[in-house]
Amino acid sequence: MDTLLQIKNVTKNYVGKRALKGVNLTLGYGKILGLMGPNGSGKTTLMKIIVGLQKPSSGEVLITGQAPGVHTKSMVSFLPDVNHLYSWMKVKDAMAFYKDFFPDFDAVKCSEMLLFMRLDASTNVKSLSKGMMEKLNLSLTLSRKAKLYVLDEPLGGVDPVAREQIIDSILKNYREDSSVIISTHLVNDIERLFDEVAFISDGNIILYGDAEELRQEHAKSIDELYREVFQNV
Amino acid sequence: MGYDDKAPIYFQIMNDIKKDIITGKLKAGSKLPSVREMAEAKRVNPNTVQRAYQELEREGVTFTQRGMGTFVTEDTTVINNLKWEMSKGFIIDFIANMKSLGFSETDITNVLKDYLEKGNV
Repeated sequence: MDTLLQIKNVTKNYVGKRALKGVNLTLGYGKILGLMGPNGSGKTTLMKIIVGLQKPSSGEVLITGQAPGVHTKSMVSFLPDVNHLYSWMKVKDAMAFYKDFFPDFDAVKCSEMLLFMRLDASTNVKSLSKGMMEKLNLSLTLSRKAKLYVLDEPLGGVDPVAREQIIDSILKNYREDSSVIISTHLVNDIERLFDEVAFISDGNIILYGDAEELRQEHAKSIDELYREVFQNV
Repeated sequence: MGYDDKAPIYFQIMNDIKKDIITGKLKAGSKLPSVREMAEAKRVNPNTVQRAYQELEREGVTFTQRGMGTFVTEDTTVINNLKWEMSKGFIIDFIANMKSLGFSETDITNVLKDYLEKGNV
């Protein structure tokens, strides 16, 4: 299997806290990986290291064999869990902003996604509800032709109908030459999308595997397995 | 959709497709939706659908034609066997459920006969 992402023994220390304690993970192409764990378990830190926004304290991250930097940033599209658009923007300004920033941004595709999400290009960003904002940010993130999409909590604070639209968009965007990492604690809504799942707790990956094999092995849904594992942590 | 995700999802997709074949919703010789279409319709990972399609082909329920897609078998024996196989599953579940309620095998036969005759227990 060709390797898209390789994480080797990555640790991250903040002052007074070890956020990651030696994470190992390998991801091939055409995969959707679910990164699951409670708040504060290290999901966001790991994602920020993968996309190159933070540096690991030790260990190594390789994307198509290269350390995160200018070149890998052009291959990785990141949806942060906080909004990063300016409040003066209209939806179309946000698109123009992405187009300026990312050469791989596909404006036609983005317009189609916004139509699917029922978002109007002339709406002010600051007047968008939390769910609409999430849909806008996801549309922008997925409209780049990246190798690796890193989505931090794309379902957080979003109503069930919007969740379905978001899941549908991730599926429509699926390509065999790219992979997606999704962090979530809403396991039940999205577990059918995952090829592989990694449970992260207190800076360690405590369970990792093929989603279907885990279901078969434990005769449980990933959601049930998650509840069982984290009840005892 | 309403999947019970305790069982592998590819297995559930296989069963859905088999059911559609038995009930005639999917006709013998007809084309299955593409992997991508099926994945979007069921909101599942495309690799999971791919696996379900591979297993169905291995079981002889479907066949692929290069560049054309996946088709339901035209072999009526295979389709008939699917029907029997699926009914067996229902019977096993039914009997296990009745026994767990404390019904003996004679009780089960009588209750079933009564129900089929009167439409009521």
